[in-house]
This record gives sequence, structure tokens and C-alpha cells, in this order.
Amino acid sequence: MSLGTSQTKTSLFIKHAIVILLVTIWTLPTLGLLVSSVRDKDQLTTSGWWTALTTNSQTEVFRLPTAEEQVAVADGYEIRSQLFEPGAKSRITNWGVRADGLTDNQPGRAVPFDDSSTLALAPDGTAVWHSKEKFTHTRGPRLFFGADYPPQFSLDNYREVLASEGVGRAFINTLTVALPATFVPILIAAFAAYALAWMDFKGRFFFLAMIIGLIVVPLQMSLIPVLKLFALIGSTLDVPSKSYVTVWLAHTGFGLPLAIYLLRNYMASLPRDIIESAYMDGATHFQIFVKMILPLSMPALASFAIFQFLWTWNDLLVAAVFLGQGEGKTVMTQQLIELLGSRGDNWEILTSGAFISIAIPVVVFLSLQKYFVRGLLAGSVKGG
Amino acid sequence: MLQQILFAFTAIFFAIGGSILFYVGSNLLIDKLLGDNGAPPEKQYRRDKLREQIRPWIFIGPALLFLSVFLVYPVFKSLQLSFWDREGENFVGLANYIWAFGNAGFLTSVLNNLMWLLFVPTMATIFGLTIAYMTDRIWWGQIARTLIFLPMAISFVGASIIWKFVYDFRGPDSEQIGLVNAIIVWFGGEPRALISILFWNNFLLMVILVWIQTGFAMVILGAAIRGVPEDTLEASMMEGASQTQIFFKIVIPQIWPTIVVVWTTITILVLKVFDIVYAMTNGQWGSQVLANLMYNEMFRNGNSGTASTVAVILMLAVMPIMIYNIRSARNSEQ
Repeated sequence: MSLGTSQTKTSLFIKHAIVILLVTIWTLPTLGLLVSSVRDKDQLTTSGWWTALTTNSQTEVFRLPTAEEQVAVADGYEIRSQLFEPGAKSRITNWGVRADGLTDNQPGRAVPFDDSSTLALAPDGTAVWHSKEKFTHTRGPRLFFGADYPPQFSLDNYREVLASEGVGRAFINTLTVALPATFVPILIAAFAAYALAWMDFKGRFFFLAMIIGLIVVPLQMSLIPVLKLFALIGSTLDVPSKSYVTVWLAHTGFGLPLAIYLLRNYMASLPRDIIESAYMDGATHFQIFVKMILPLSMPALASFAIFQFLWTWNDLLVAAVFLGQGEGKTVMTQQLIELLGSRGDNWEILTSGAFISIAIPVVVFLSLQKYFVRGLLAGSVKGG
Repeated sequence: MLQQILFAFTAIFFAIGGSILFYVGSNLLIDKLLGDNGAPPEKQYRRDKLREQIRPWIFIGPALLFLSVFLVYPVFKSLQLSFWDREGENFVGLANYIWAFGNAGFLTSVLNNLMWLLFVPTMATIFGLTIAYMTDRIWWGQIARTLIFLPMAISFVGASIIWKFVYDFRGPDSEQIGLVNAIIVWFGGEPRALISILFWNNFLLMVILVWIQTGFAMVILGAAIRGVPEDTLEASMMEGASQTQIFFKIVIPQIWPTIVVVWTTITILVLKVFDIVYAMTNGQWGSQVLANLMYNEMFRNGNSGTASTVAVILMLAVMPIMIYNIRSARNSEQ
């Protein structure tokens, strides 16, 4: 449709406003995840991610070191300590020695700490505790302080989640599941689709109808029987009944109906003349398929490849049932479910873990959006 | 780790290599066995015919094998298991079905599934249609569509984490880090543990699927809107119809078949939805759905009878759509 000339300025403005609102609602949740995953983990749990760019103030407690840390200086003894982590850009705003005396002192100047000592707290968090006599305490006194924490972003959360939470490993496992489970069904489906589109044999329409029917069969119907079948095969042949091989086979089986349907529709829309004339010239169906149909069907093959990759990468159920869990097996979605259970409140881990699992499909999706859309359009248009 | 990547690539290599070998090999084989061998023409004609009768089965055979093992056989087996006991050893008649309809968890699931069926396809279609129509005529429409479409690439589990963070709840004394509770507090309300609010929590879960599926509806409906003939629009504009009138009286009726397709596609997806409930609540606080109930019956309770019963009921729910699809395919074929 072209731009209507009767549109007034106000209606145009309202339209832009509504679209902006909807896009904002759709984008904010993901943006929140992304921003949170690069925030400092203490800031993440104490302030909303939308405040990530503002400095936020917090009050904290610090315990001064024991006497062991003291060093002799010209006019007595000193204990030096640093309240912030190295490299932090935080500033002390006020401090005190009692919880209710937070605003007693300003940073910078040395103030009397007890009878014989003074304490100077610099804004950058360096504390110098000075005494004329030797320190003897075995338990450091506490310091209460308020500080401004400037926005702090780092990839620490990612480092942590990749190294110690099993996400790095799960990433590789997911890749191991998804790649074969994407490419094998395409090949099998392409041959079947060609037969259904261009070959003449008994039961052709019956099989096509069956495949269209199978597209909507809930996965839940297949889980138990196939699992029992694999267990039987596993125990007779003495092979594990849950392995990468079984999950590949399962994904292939479950992906085939849609794959065959999409590819058949595409192949059936290719011009009849070229196929028939090639056949008349003595080419076999196999030659026609390999030399003409496959190259011509590349867009449809790409569409389905993206579908199947997104589906196998994002799948939880098939992997949980047919692959199971374990050091070399747990896939990303399962790992995330586990983290939700065990680290449900550690948002720095959940956000960065989730983002790692989202990144690959989103990149695939954005770079191949054209093919994906084409596949969607072909797959949802009814009629064989 | 490197070893496993190698393993994956070896697997791809062997699986694809093996399949290619099968197809090429068997095609060459019948070409060789039944090819031209200098026999008299009438004999050769019979051989040619036989060869071309066998060939389709080489093409479609592997696919049929997979479909039979992973989909056709399981449908009948599940049906059978639903009349058998928990180990699948003794026939128990309708006992599992009687259990289901007397079981509070099952009834809650059916009720929740019905709510999902009403809410998710409807909302996703309405939002998809609105966005498709509105972005069709603005210069940054493509960017807007991509952003709305993006959640389609995100896994249900990933989306659940994203939204769990949106729904996060902290005690009333601390600052809210979840967007929804922060907004509630900003308007002067009391923060709440949203996920455990009975009944309404279902809608919080449904929102996640609407968020994912709107992009799908938008793309399909957008293509349909662009297919609406220009002259019908121009004619109605000439007649002085307003934008709203054109939308409801001209555009919607013309794309109605596509709206039905979108609606049914999302309906099928909704029936199978498992991951979102599993990740968000695992069916607690009255949010159980059939797919998750089936998983629990099988893998927590180890009861293949009741689990199959739930699966069969899911299957019955998609049956009308299945029959409709097959029928319309047959109509367009003949």
C-alpha cells in the first residue's frame, strides 16, 4: 500500500507515537538483560538496571585490619588499608565509627579515632590509622561509610559464568547437538520433497497428506514411545540409550514433516517445463534432482536450515528427554534451568548466561532474516 | 572441549557422507542393474519401467522410515499406553482417563490451557496486525519490525529469564530491580511477588509467549497487507473513507484467511508450550499446563500411563486443526 495522501499531521504523529511505544515495550526486557549482564554484580542487585548510567550511593561497612598489619613510621605506627577494590572509581562521601554516626565525618581530614590514635580517610578510600603507640588489638574496629559508586561496567560476569558455571561447556554441547541436527534432516527432506513434488508413484498424495497431518502432532505424543524404543535398542545392542546420536535422530525425525512440506511446496512451484524436457532428454530423476533442483532450491533450503538451527539450538524438551544431563551433555537451555534453580537470585550469572545462549541465534537471525521470513511465509500458507 | 567440537564435525561428516552415499549408491545401483544392457527394446522398456518404479522409494524411503519411527508409531503406541498401567505392563481400561478427570492438577491444566488458547493467539494476532499495519507506512518501519521480530530468535528458556527479571520482586524496604515492581512502586503501590499471585500469574506467563509470537503474526500479516490490491484502497479513499474505516472494512476482510492461518499456527504452538511454565513456575501457584503436567507425570512420577493419557488429550485438541489442514491441502491439490 502506498502512503495515503489524506493522512493528517496529527494522525501521523499518533501513529509514530504508538509504534514507538510498542517497540519500546518489546525491546525493554531484552535491553534490561543486556545492560544488567555487564553491570557490577553488587550494583545489579541494589539498583534497577535503568539507573545503570547514574552514580548511585550506598552505605557499607568495612573492618579495619588487626595490629599485625601495622608498620613503624617516623612518629609512631600506622595501619594503611583500602576500602575499595583496586581500580574502583568510587568516592567516600561521609563516614563514622557507629552505624548511627554515618554522617559524623567528612573524608580528607584526620580525626581523633580513640585516645591515642587518629584516622584519616581519603575520598578515594585510602584509610590511614595512625597511633603514637604500638597497636595491640586483635580484632579490627568497624568503619561505616557512605560512598558514591559511579557506573561500573565490565565483562566480569561473563568471565565468571563461562568459567565456573558450566555455561562455556554447555555452549559447546549445544553446538554439538544443533549442527548435525540441522544438516542431516535437510538432506533427507530434500529427496523426499522432490519425490512428492515431481515423481509418479502410488500413494504419493497419501504420504503428502500424512506429512501435513504430522506437522501438528504434539511432541509429547512421541516422547515415551521413542524413549522406550531407544531403551530397548540400547539394552540389546549394549549402547547408551541417551546420547548425542539419539538426540540427533530425534531432532531429525521431529523436524522432517515441516522440512518436507516447505521444500515440497518450493520445488512444486518450479517450472514444469525444465524438469519435463530434461526428463525427455534422458536424464534420470536423480540427475535432475542433483543438477537442477538442488541448486534452484537453495533459498528454500536456507530458510529451513535457519528454522531447524534456531529450533534445535533453543530446544529444551528433546535434549532433556533424549540426551539427558551430565558433564559432556547438558545443553545451554538445561544449564540455564539449573542455574535458575540453584542461583535463582544471582542475576549477574543468570543475565550473562542467558545472553550467551541468546547471542548465537540472534546473530543468525539478524544476518539471515530475509530467508527466515521467506520460510515463514511459505510454511504458513495453507494448501499443498 | 576441542575434542568435542571435532566429534561434532566428524558426526556431521559421517551422517551427511553416509546419507549421500546411500542416495548416490542406491541410485547408481538401480541404474546399473536395470540400465541399458543391450537387451531387445521391449525387454528394456520393462526394465526402464521397473527402475523408475523403484526410484521414488529410494528418494522417499529414509524420510518415511524416520517419520514412522518418530511420529507415526509413537501416536499409536501412546494411545495404547494411555490404557495401560504406570509401567505399561497391564491393561487398565479407562482408569487413567478417570484419574485425569478427577485430578485437580489435570483440571487446572485444562482450564489454564483454555485461557492460554484464548489469550495468546488473540493478543499476538491483534498486536501483530496493528504493528504490521502501522509500520507499513512509516520510514523507519523496517527497524521497528526487526525489533519486534527479534524475540522469535530467543529460546523460551532465555525469554523466561528475561521476563523473570522483569517480574523480579524485592522486599518492600529495598529498591526494586524488576521493571514491573519498580513501576508499581513509582505509582505509589506496594511491590508484590508477581509470579505467585494466583490466577493472574498465568497471564504473566502468557505475556512471554505473546511477546515472542507477535513478530510471527506481524510478518505473515504484513505480507498479506502488502498484497491487498491497490485499486480497492484508492477507490475507498475516493469515496472519502477514513483510515480506520479502510482498515476495518477493506483490509481486514481481504486478509481474513491469513488471519485464520496465523491464529491456528499460534494455537498449535500454545498447546505444546512447555518450557515457559517449566522455567518460570514449574506449575506451582496454579499455573500448570498440560504439556508440563505430562512431563511431570513421566519424569517425576514415572507413570507412563497417565503421562500418555495427557499426551493423547493434547493430541485430541490439535485433531480438528490437523483434519482441516489435510482437507484444505487436498482441495488445493485437486
